[in-house]
Amino acid sequence: MKYYDKLIFELSRPGRVGYELPKNDFATEGEKEIPSDLLRKSPLDLPEVSELDVVRHYTNLSNKNFGVDTGFYPLGSCTMKYNPKINEEVAAMPQFAELHPLQNPETAQGALELYWNLQNALANLAGFEEFTLNPYAGAHGELTGLMVMRSYHKARGDHKRTKIIVPDSAHGTNPASAMVAGLEVVEVKSRPNGSIDIEDLKPLLNDEVAGIMMTNPNTLGMFETEIAEIAKLVHDAGGLLYYDGANFNPLLGKVRPGDMGFDIMHINLHKTFSTPHGGGGPGSGPVGVAKHLVKFLPNPHVKKDENGKFYVENGDEALGSVSTFFGNFGVMMKAYAYILSLGKEGIKEVGPMATLNANYIKESLKDDYLLPIEGVCKHEFVFDGLKDKSTGVTTLNVAKRLLDYGFHAPTIYFPLLFHESMMIEPTETESLETLDEFIDVMHKVAKEARETPDEVKNAPLTTIVRKLDETTAAKNPILNYKALKNL
Amino acid sequence: MTIKENLRYAESHEWVSLDGEIATVGITDYAQHALGDIVYVDMPEVGDEVTAGEEFGAVESVKAASDLYSPVSGEVVEINEALEDEPGLINQDAFANWIMKVKVSDPSEVEGLLDAEAYAKICEE
Repeated sequence: MKYYDKLIFELSRPGRVGYELPKNDFATEGEKEIPSDLLRKSPLDLPEVSELDVVRHYTNLSNKNFGVDTGFYPLGSCTMKYNPKINEEVAAMPQFAELHPLQNPETAQGALELYWNLQNALANLAGFEEFTLNPYAGAHGELTGLMVMRSYHKARGDHKRTKIIVPDSAHGTNPASAMVAGLEVVEVKSRPNGSIDIEDLKPLLNDEVAGIMMTNPNTLGMFETEIAEIAKLVHDAGGLLYYDGANFNPLLGKVRPGDMGFDIMHINLHKTFSTPHGGGGPGSGPVGVAKHLVKFLPNPHVKKDENGKFYVENGDEALGSVSTFFGNFGVMMKAYAYILSLGKEGIKEVGPMATLNANYIKESLKDDYLLPIEGVCKHEFVFDGLKDKSTGVTTLNVAKRLLDYGFHAPTIYFPLLFHESMMIEPTETESLETLDEFIDVMHKVAKEARETPDEVKNAPLTTIVRKLDETTAAKNPILNYKALKNL
Repeated sequence: MTIKENLRYAESHEWVSLDGEIATVGITDYAQHALGDIVYVDMPEVGDEVTAGEEFGAVESVKAASDLYSPVSGEVVEINEALEDEPGLINQDAFANWIMKVKVSDPSEVEGLLDAEAYAKICEE
């Protein structure tokens, strides 16, 4: 059923049902109360299918998916670690899942306590005073964090600070969030190893700078060793430091952004704290701040009184709501389950194992792939394509060929610092056997590039959909079923 | 990688060829190579005013979308419509497949651009 591509509506046959309902004695009930123009005139268009039809349909569709549960997913900067099943079990507990967000806080003490405990755990791990768990995802957290930064300057009556410094190697969301927050982006160049050039930074700092957005380890997976000096320079100029938590995984339980001098950060629960990504998520992007910024965190807040009772508070100086109620609560439950499963000692193993795995792959492959920056990386690293450029085989070709071998491709063509970037992040949850298998396949692809380059250029050869015609896809996208059938 | 001797270049990797008051503008072979397979060219419209150093369109490739910066100022008099259906032509020959022709307001602007030798140096960096 590899090529299964039906819609459930195509399976529909009149009168076919999964189970029968008893005769409806109330079919006309309420008809008089509802205005006739609001009453449905034609039957609801639902697929008429048997239970077996439904089971096969969705099982076949799910088999077309590639996910962490199917195979190795070394997508750099995304931290595609395993999502433990116990997280799902905890999040599905009816005691939490069936709560209503508008019910009296007195009757939802457990949920508020979980929120309180999780925000404290994150604050301890990251070295900040307090977190809001309300933002929905990473970029939303960035926007919230930058709004906190703006509120801070505004509250001091400092209206001149409208610029934000972002390194040229930053994740694309950084300048995008800054623009949405109404800040003007000033780019600071990075050195060849991706770290910020302090001499380039100095002349950019003045009384118009609201702050700087950074991540550490940086986009190339290298630790910014001069972070303390950068923090001092930015603070002396009156600015704040924002930490993009996308690269927090290798530091977990070992190094705290708050201790490095950062004032604000977001955490991607769907990266570092093992909750699912993207469409399978949703995400969650808690924002933590240093003590002097706590009052600006968005409403509502969860507080604890002296009797140990939890209550909801809306502060006067705080930002308004950035989400409905408290954000993606189910995701918080999964992250909390993860933290408790690992425990204080276990969580300290995450960073070193992620770092070891990344360095193991890097060192094993640098004979065939071009490593632009030597040295020990953190959780991820970047190759600049194949070492042998004479074959004409590009990073895109290698990425597609990996699909033939059952691996998800790494992040490609990011960062923009190199022409053939290939960003690899294995995470701590992969076994030595999986890493070795990936290394073997990468060597094999490099060999194929030398011996049968045309085959690699035409990859993928065994997937359901072969190499796509990206020009046609961009110019004449087929976006729905009707357009497909009318081809 | 090819660099043509008789053209002028911008640091942002566009080339210009001036014939009378009409400047033909495209992106360089270096640029197309760095971008990879180009899938879309966002071109200005005939009659649009472009300004030297400012954005006039964009190219999208399988890697990234990049803004195009006009090396000259003036009015767009023609665009290369063949690129609408076949943006990949730029990958085949970046110098033959120009993007727009501009009636320049100040022909001396072209002299301020890089010559082939200076541009080659930039590409090496």
